[in-house]
Amino acid sequence: MDKIVKMTALVAPMDRANVDTDAIIPKQFLKSIKRTGFGPNLFDEWRYEDVGQPDSDNSNRPLRKDFVLNQPRYQGAKILLARENFGCGSSREHAPWALKDYGFDVVIAPSFADIFFNNCFKNGIMPLVLEESVVDSLFQEVFAQEGYQLTVDLETQQIVTPSGKVIPFEIDAFRRHCLLNGLDDIALTLAHQEDIKAYEAKRKLEAPWLFTHA
Amino acid sequence: MSAKTLYDKLWDAHLVREEEDGTALIYIDRQLLHEVTSPQAFEGLRLAGRKPWRTDTNLATPDHNVPTTDLTGGVASIKDPVSRIQVETLGMNAREFGITEFAMGDIRQGIVHVVGPEEGATLPGMTVVCGDSHTATHGALGALAHGIGTSEVEHVLATQCLIQKKMKNMLIRVDGQLQKGVTPKDVVLAIIGKIGTAGGNGHAIEFGGQVFRDMSIEGRLTVCNMAIEAGARVGLVAVDEKTVEYVQGRPYAPKGDEWDMAVTAWMDLKSDDGAHFDKVVELDGSKIEPQVSWGTSPEMVSDVNGIVPDPARESDAVKAAGIQRALDYMGLQANTPIKNIPAEFVFIGSCTNSRIEDFRAAAQVLKGRKIADSVELALAVPGSGLVKQQAEAEGLDKIFMDAGFEWRNPGCSMCLAMNADKLPAGKHCASTSNRNFEGRQGAGGRTHLVSPEMAAAAAVAGHFVDVRDYL
Ligand code: SF4
Repeated sequence: MDKIVKMTALVAPMDRANVDTDAIIPKQFLKSIKRTGFGPNLFDEWRYEDVGQPDSDNSNRPLRKDFVLNQPRYQGAKILLARENFGCGSSREHAPWALKDYGFDVVIAPSFADIFFNNCFKNGIMPLVLEESVVDSLFQEVFAQEGYQLTVDLETQQIVTPSGKVIPFEIDAFRRHCLLNGLDDIALTLAHQEDIKAYEAKRKLEAPWLFTHA
Repeated sequence: MSAKTLYDKLWDAHLVREEEDGTALIYIDRQLLHEVTSPQAFEGLRLAGRKPWRTDTNLATPDHNVPTTDLTGGVASIKDPVSRIQVETLGMNAREFGITEFAMGDIRQGIVHVVGPEEGATLPGMTVVCGDSHTATHGALGALAHGIGTSEVEHVLATQCLIQKKMKNMLIRVDGQLQKGVTPKDVVLAIIGKIGTAGGNGHAIEFGGQVFRDMSIEGRLTVCNMAIEAGARVGLVAVDEKTVEYVQGRPYAPKGDEWDMAVTAWMDLKSDDGAHFDKVVELDGSKIEPQVSWGTSPEMVSDVNGIVPDPARESDAVKAAGIQRALDYMGLQANTPIKNIPAEFVFIGSCTNSRIEDFRAAAQVLKGRKIADSVELALAVPGSGLVKQQAEAEGLDKIFMDAGFEWRNPGCSMCLAMNADKLPAGKHCASTSNRNFEGRQGAGGRTHLVSPEMAAAAAVAGHFVDVRDYL
C-alpha cells in the first residue's frame, strides 16, 4: 500500500449529508472482480445524465454540468470535503476503491459511517473527522475561493488552510502508523501467529464444537 | 468480577490480543462468503501466495447476482456476462481453496443471512463475519456478527482474525406488548425513525425488553438485520430457550455431548444484571404502529396513518433540504397521507423478510384476495431453496400465485437489483427489504420499506393501507 505522509491538494466540496455507498458507486458497477477502474463511475448517477453500465464508454457520456465534480474549478481535487455520516450504507469496499481510483486521498467530514471509515484506512484513504463548525467554515472558504487547497500532514496531525490557519486532527495511533509506513494488515497480524495458535488451543478445550462441527 | 454486557462477554471470549491503544485481534469462528465482495479477497491471497488459516470455518453461496426465474441452466442461465463471471469466480475460488459452497442449483443456496442460521452454520456465542453490512442479522442468535469490507474478508481468510476496536454498548429496550398486525419489521423501523441512521454509530446494539423476549427467532433476525440501518455494525439479542430450540438439530449445529456442553455455555449469553450501557433508548412497544418509509433513508418513516412531512416545518436547514430532496426524488408532496401513496410494484423478499414466517404472514393477508389491477408486478422471492421448499409444502406458493404474485427462486433479487429484477424509474414499490436509498431497487425507483403483511395488503389495495383492516 502507498504511504501517505503529507500532501497539499485541491479541495472539492460535497455539500450533502448522509451520502451513501450506493450513491458513491451504483451497484451495476459492483460486478467487477477487480479492485481498480471504478473512478470513472464514482457518483455515477449524480455525475452523468444517462444511466451508466459497466461496459459504457464513460468518456462519451453526457455530464450533468451542475454536479460539483464536473465543474472545471474542482478538476484534479484530491481532498473531498463532506457532510455528516458520509459513507453510510453498505460494507462494500467498492466505495473507497472508487474514491481512491478517482484520485481522492483524503475525505474530511464531521462524521463517517463506521464500516466505510474502516475501509478507507485499508485502502490508503485518510478519513478525517473535524468539528461540524470547522467543516462549515471550510465549506464557506472552498466556495469562496477558486483553487482552494489544503495541506494535510499526517506526521504532525495538522491541516493548514491557504491563509495559514492550523487545524489539528485526531487519528487512531495504529491507523496512523499503518498509513505512514504503508503497512499491510495481514503481515502485521501474521507476526502474531503464536498468539492465534495459543488462543485456538485454549478455545478448543472450552468450546470444542467450534472446531469439530465448523 | 464486574457485571458484563452480552457484547462484553462475546468480545472477551474471542480476544486474541490487544494493543495498548485498544486495537485488538479477535478470533473469527465463521465467515460467510458471497460472490460480490470475495473475488478481490481471494485474488489478494493468491497474489501474496497465502492460504486460508482454516478452510472449515468458511461457507460460500452466491446470492446477489442469481436470477430468480429459470435456473435449470445453472450458472449458464445468468444472461448478464459480468454477473455470470462473478458467480463463476466464487465457485472457482471455493474449489481452489477447499471451501464448501452451496452453488446455484443446490437446495441450500440462498441469501447468506438466511442460509447461515438455517443451516446452524451461525451459532450462539460465535463470532461471524461476512463481506456484507447486513451480517448483524446473525446477532439475533447471540452471536457477535460484523459486516466487513473485502480487505477484511482477505484478512480473516489469511489469519482467522479481525482487527477491531471495542465498540460502546447501547441498549434498546422495547417493553409492552405489540398490537395485532405490528411486526418485528415495524419495531425496527420505528427504532430507526427514533434514533436516526447514525443513532447507533460506534455502538453494538443489544435489543432487550419484553417485545424481543416474546419475539420468534425469525423476528429477531429481522430486527438485528437492520441494526446497520441505525448505524450499528453489531445487533444482538440475548440467548434464551427459544434460541436453543431454534438451533437444535440443524445440520451444522453441535451434536451429542458437545451439544450439551454448548447449551450450558450459551445460557450465559445475556447481559448481567447491572451491566453498564453507554447509551440506553426506550420505546413503548404497545404504541408502535405499522410503519411505512416515505423517503430515501430508513429513518424517513411514518406510521401508516401519518402524513408525508413538510420541510417547511423543519427548523434545521440541512434537514429541511434533506427532506425536500427526498420528496423530489420520491415524487411526493408534503402533507400527503401515507395511505394515498400508490404501490405499483410489490417485493416480498431480501435478507430482512424472506423466511418462512414472513411468507406465512403475507399469505394470511393474501388468502382469498387478488392484487389490484394497478399493481404492475408483485414478486415473492424466498430467502433460500429450503424456505421455498417449505413454503411450497405448506401450499403458500399457490396462495401467492392465486393472488397474482410471481413466485420466484431464491436470491437477493429486487432488494438491490443486481440481477434482472429491477424497479423501473418513477415507480413506487412496497418492499420488505431494508434500504430505500436512491436507485437501490433500480435507477430512479421509489422504495417504501414495510413488513410482509403491509406489503401484501398494499398489493391488494394498490396503495398503502393499514394491514389491521385486512386481518
Ligand atoms: S438481500 Fe439485499 S441487503 Fe440482504 S444481502 Fe442481499 S442485497 Fe444485501
